[in-house]
Amino acid sequence: MDRREILDELKKVLWPYTENKALLDGVNEHTDLVNDLKINSANLVDIIIDAESKYNIEIDMDSAEKMITVGNCIDVITEKMNARK
Amino acid sequence: MGRRVVITGLGVVSPNGIGIPAFLDAIRQGISGIRYMPEFERLNFNCHVTGMPHFDMDELRAYLSDVTLNGLKAVGIGYGVKAALDAWTDSGSPVDTDEPRWETGCVFGSSVGEPEVVKRVITRVDAGEARKLGSRVVEQMMNSGVTAYISGRLALGNRVITNSAACATGTQAILMGYDYIKQGQAKRMLVGSTEHVDSYIFGTFDSMRVLARKFNHLPEKASRPMSATACGFVPGSGAGAMILEDLDFALERKANIYAELAGGATNSGGQRRGGTMTAPGSQGIIKCIADALADACVAPGSIDLVCGHLTATAADTLEIRNWARALDRHGDDLPLINSLKSMIGHCLSAAGSIESVAAVLQIVHGFVHPNINLEDPDPEILEVAAPEKLPVTMIEKEINTVAKANFGFGDVNTCLIFSKYNHNG
Repeated sequence: MDRREILDELKKVLWPYTENKALLDGVNEHTDLVNDLKINSANLVDIIIDAESKYNIEIDMDSAEKMITVGNCIDVITEKMNARK
Repeated sequence: MGRRVVITGLGVVSPNGIGIPAFLDAIRQGISGIRYMPEFERLNFNCHVTGMPHFDMDELRAYLSDVTLNGLKAVGIGYGVKAALDAWTDSGSPVDTDEPRWETGCVFGSSVGEPEVVKRVITRVDAGEARKLGSRVVEQMMNSGVTAYISGRLALGNRVITNSAACATGTQAILMGYDYIKQGQAKRMLVGSTEHVDSYIFGTFDSMRVLARKFNHLPEKASRPMSATACGFVPGSGAGAMILEDLDFALERKANIYAELAGGATNSGGQRRGGTMTAPGSQGIIKCIADALADACVAPGSIDLVCGHLTATAADTLEIRNWARALDRHGDDLPLINSLKSMIGHCLSAAGSIESVAAVLQIVHGFVHPNINLEDPDPEILEVAAPEKLPVTMIEKEINTVAKANFGFGDVNTCLIFSKYNHNG
């Protein structure tokens, strides 16, 4: 799965937590989850849980703290998926 | 005479009707909201019927954002949000605001964090998967969850409190809101209560053998307050809400006034002299009713209608005797008496708020709803009350003053006096 595919999948994970769905149209690797998508920071926990189940990975606390932008998220997800192989 | 408190908005999620128009129609016609629950039979309960609103959480789409609604599993919070926001809109105020409403607070009652929600937590934690619980569990497990959702949606900035007093919760919430306005601490209070009786709450009452078990195949007949064949109560679920306002505040914003909350009282019998954890003591009840009348400056002879607690247990007879003694009115001099529980069962924490909404509607629309299933009144009750005081069909009649009481575990009592709004007091 390349970064583009992960980004498309990640949008589906972010969808239920994004109040203004239109903001998801312009998502790129630099998009900040809290500042740009206006996601409630408490919901980052839920996004991580959903991503874990979607990609069948485990995201530890240290990695989770790095997930600030969409690009960061793709980095962590890619890393964990590779570690699984 | 100080500040007056009026009711300017109503909302309800009841087993026999969701929203005021449907509920009003149901209580006029005597429509039962009690239904058979196959699940309760499967669980080997004695009682297989309950009062359950036909409510779908999806109905909240118009009330909460998709993100908020997405993780909301607590049904009782859902009932409360629906009833509260309906009452708010009914009072003629806009929902959306960026500024906190400092003059408006909320007292909303709830009995427990919903066991069904707690179960998910217990299952995850016991499996060593606490990290998968997510961010939305605490706000739904805390007893103040319903109040937090309501006050957050409406930006209520005054006192925001969750009360809990078993079956007296609803009337007590209303009285607390009344007190804050009366004392000048708030101009407006959103008050009410909610209860969702899932199988775990139901099971705890079923094990006390206090539920109706003889009408499992006739659900609509199962809730029989004051009846000779009453054999226990039928638990119910739902929420009731009302907007209380300082009269001057309501007049200034030209609000529609339904009725006045003239006064009330809450006390405890202290679990002495007949009062116990589970049974109300007569002395406390009689004092509570007398204190409510005194607070409202209403003479016992002015009460047109008693909306009782009257659950369909052996305590009904004692309750009627207590009303007669408290009002010093007997036989055919007693006010008309009815029990909404005959139609919706006993909604526990939500009983007081749903029944108070019904009390206000009877004043506004000039009627007394029927006691359904009272074709065979208990002979001991008839020794105290003339049969025509326990109407079995709807009566169209001007109702000026209603006494509404609820009594809860812990020997806690609350009595409210509602009256028709008259500008000259």
